[in-house]
Amino acid sequence: MTGQPDESERAPYLRITNVTKTFGAFKALDNISLTINEGEFVCFLGPSGCGKTTLLRAIAGLDIQTSGQIEQAGRDISALPPAERDFGIVFQSYALFPNLTVHKNIAYGLENRRLKRAEVNRRVLELLALVGLSDQARKYPAQLSGGQQQRVALARALATSPGLLLLDEPLSALDAKVRAHLRQEVKSLQRQLGVTTIMVTHDQEEALTMADRIVVMKDGAIEQVGPPLQVYREPASVFVADFIGAMNFAPGVISGPSAVRFGEWNLNCDINGFPHGAPVTIAIRPEDIVLGEVTGDMENSLPARIDGLEFLGSFVRARLATQTPARLQADLSINLVRRLNIDQGASLSIQLPKERIRLYSQAA
Amino acid sequence: MVNSPVAAAPSLAVKPKLGRDDWLMRAGMGVIALYLICTLALPLYFMLSKSFQSKAGEFAGFANFLAYFSTPALFQSIYNSFYIALLTTAVTTTLAFVSAYALTRSGMPFKGLFKIILMVPILVPSLLPGIALVYLFGNQGLLKGLLFGHSIYGPLGIVIAEVFYTLPHALLIILTALTIADARLYEAAVALRASRARVFFTVTLPGARYGLISAAFVVFTLVITDFGAPKVIGGQYNVLALDIYKQVIGQQNFEMGAVVGVVLLIPAVAAFIVDRLVQRRQVALLSARAVPYQPRPSARLDAAMLLWAVLISVFILGILGSCQYAALVKFWPYNLSLDLSHYRFDRVDGGGWDSYFNSIRMSLYTAVVGTIIVFTGAYLVEKGRGFRLGRAAFQFLALAPMAIPGMVLGLAYIFFFNWPANPLHGLYGTMAILVICTITHFYTVSHLTAVTALKQMDPEFEAVSASLKQPFYKMLGRVTVPVCLPAILDISIYFFVNAMTTVSAVVFLYSPNTTLASVAVLNMDDAGDIAPAAAMGMMIFYTNAGARILHGWVTQGLHRRFQAWRNR
Repeated sequence: MTGQPDESERAPYLRITNVTKTFGAFKALDNISLTINEGEFVCFLGPSGCGKTTLLRAIAGLDIQTSGQIEQAGRDISALPPAERDFGIVFQSYALFPNLTVHKNIAYGLENRRLKRAEVNRRVLELLALVGLSDQARKYPAQLSGGQQQRVALARALATSPGLLLLDEPLSALDAKVRAHLRQEVKSLQRQLGVTTIMVTHDQEEALTMADRIVVMKDGAIEQVGPPLQVYREPASVFVADFIGAMNFAPGVISGPSAVRFGEWNLNCDINGFPHGAPVTIAIRPEDIVLGEVTGDMENSLPARIDGLEFLGSFVRARLATQTPARLQADLSINLVRRLNIDQGASLSIQLPKERIRLYSQAA
Repeated sequence: MVNSPVAAAPSLAVKPKLGRDDWLMRAGMGVIALYLICTLALPLYFMLSKSFQSKAGEFAGFANFLAYFSTPALFQSIYNSFYIALLTTAVTTTLAFVSAYALTRSGMPFKGLFKIILMVPILVPSLLPGIALVYLFGNQGLLKGLLFGHSIYGPLGIVIAEVFYTLPHALLIILTALTIADARLYEAAVALRASRARVFFTVTLPGARYGLISAAFVVFTLVITDFGAPKVIGGQYNVLALDIYKQVIGQQNFEMGAVVGVVLLIPAVAAFIVDRLVQRRQVALLSARAVPYQPRPSARLDAAMLLWAVLISVFILGILGSCQYAALVKFWPYNLSLDLSHYRFDRVDGGGWDSYFNSIRMSLYTAVVGTIIVFTGAYLVEKGRGFRLGRAAFQFLALAPMAIPGMVLGLAYIFFFNWPANPLHGLYGTMAILVICTITHFYTVSHLTAVTALKQMDPEFEAVSASLKQPFYKMLGRVTVPVCLPAILDISIYFFVNAMTTVSAVVFLYSPNTTLASVAVLNMDDAGDIAPAAAMGMMIFYTNAGARILHGWVTQGLHRRFQAWRNR
């Protein structure tokens, strides 16, 4: 871990250290520290009011933090105004200049840079091709669809080849179909250009599909940082577990070196360092509960009754009553339901696989 | 780059570094704030301190105020002012409400034409209706018999003239309040089988209440600070605004003028503050989802409203028409043949045709310079970063002129600019001081128009522009100004029209070389040359009407040209 040559190459591109932002008595950002590597696509994810946009605006210099340091490419940018930083930005509203054509919108940042007119034109055409709008150059923003406007905003932000691309809920104003399509497009564009990107979103699906790493935020603090799969599989807190995907929660008590008591059942699991007798919250995702081909003598199996079935298109969500006050939900494939002929009121055995169970302190 | 020595630094507070844009914007705001301080705050301070000074210039405490309140003739003016203002407020607000109702809630024909006619009084000085009333109901008036022995000179004439003068101001506010009504409320009322009267009292009136209150305060302020109508038609009936004029121009008693100014300032400031509070609530009433209301035709209501609109139009056009007629009649009422002899202004007091051309020059300068100052100031205060305290102070300075009566402003200018030690003393008696005074006098409404337009722009434009490393003035020139052009034109026509008609502030400040048309109307009327006064008043009207038409034509052209990026 000492200064090897390749280590300095992988020095973080953006380093955020102890950043705090207060508005009067309210702490919008509470001592945030985070590093982002060059070329990474990072999503700030959290409910509204969690501080994700505040952090993005601090990085951009639009609302400078009260205290703390931000370094970009080894340069301390903490106190610099936006114009002296190196970033491109796309807002939810796109903020396209209404009286300028698409071409002029994209060219806006290229003017006054001692570039020849022909060079500017070449760059604009290149960007238009990149976002697939070569035939729309002469139109005004109001004449474009939402998705097209979004792409113009992206092209304009990328025109000056910034080192950092900031996206503030860029897809939230679009309808579902366009949004899903643009997700892929933005992601592949980012990969193609290799530009370090931070996107703010409240949409977990967006974060899971696009990000290299997700930063989950709550009340101005970071709850968890990690790759999408890790954040989904191993949520660091009840909040993260609940906010991303669906999760069953049930109370339990540590009953052994690798067991937790759930009602009258002992479930084997990783007790995560909790002491014996500690009250905990047991968490398991609905799709991780196993139904069918489960017998009572299998590890972590217990009897349950199907209380209700909810058809959700590609799968069925079953409401399960166990012999504890806890109610569980399990996601079953349509196939499985058909094969096992599962119906409301049926009694059967379910299994809570040991490696899928996560325990959290009950205080949370 | 190893920076471990400063590892403790990150917890320290960050002091944002100001960029070139920040410095430029702050400097710009500073310049305009300094302008407002020199043209508003300092003159007012001088006037206030003058009201506490003896004639010799020594501090005299409340001696002047004591003298004022122990002079019954002066004291009576306070009562008179309030009486006239309250009466006019009641009449104008009612007339304006019914007219606005006719324009928005009925299916009567010719709405566009009636709206134009109702707006006409804004184009003339407040002296003009008084002159018309003299011709119609004065000692030799055509319709004197209709008064059954009552005299038009006095409260009656003043109120009629003030109603004419204030009607469009009230109408504009109430029209806005009625236009933003939500059709869904009416649909709900109809679905609940409410009668037309019930709908009116439960939906229409409550919806417009803030507009009505706001209109009432605006009318009250206009009337209590107006001196044009009482001057022409008031006879022996004294009001506060007139007292200032008489003390200063007639008796050269500047200290007493300052005292009356302070007394007049109190109701004007109070009305202004209440109005601001009320308007803040009107905004909260607006819902983004409101559906515009479309009136349903109803033969009886439409006929009644049409009759109403015709009557009001006859009143307005009658006033204007009789002025024009009087200006053309050779020798009222003995020789009613028509000619243009009264347009030979050089033969009477007031400065002749030069006054007219001075007025046009002054109005053009005011329109151009005022629009630039106001829009730049509004832009800086609206789009600047940080500097909260400075921006709040600037907002306050920009709103204050609304609360300052023109007479008070003009008097304050005498004290400040005529003070020999003032480095700006050189401005006294020039065209520049007239322009400066007029810009300051009409600053607030223009500022609010600009702020409203700027607020409609996406607040992220500046952020995007900065991220693209472009200076703010490029954003301003390429996007903000073009998008706000209609509002900018509105501001300039507002300045032009008001500069043409204003009397109150500039009456203290003109010099023999800078006589103005509106002041000429006053002086000619004062000297008994009423026909030339009417002729000059009508010249102001035609000029303003022409400017308005030109403005409408240019605005329409702009809309057509920019339609491509406006249609959504």
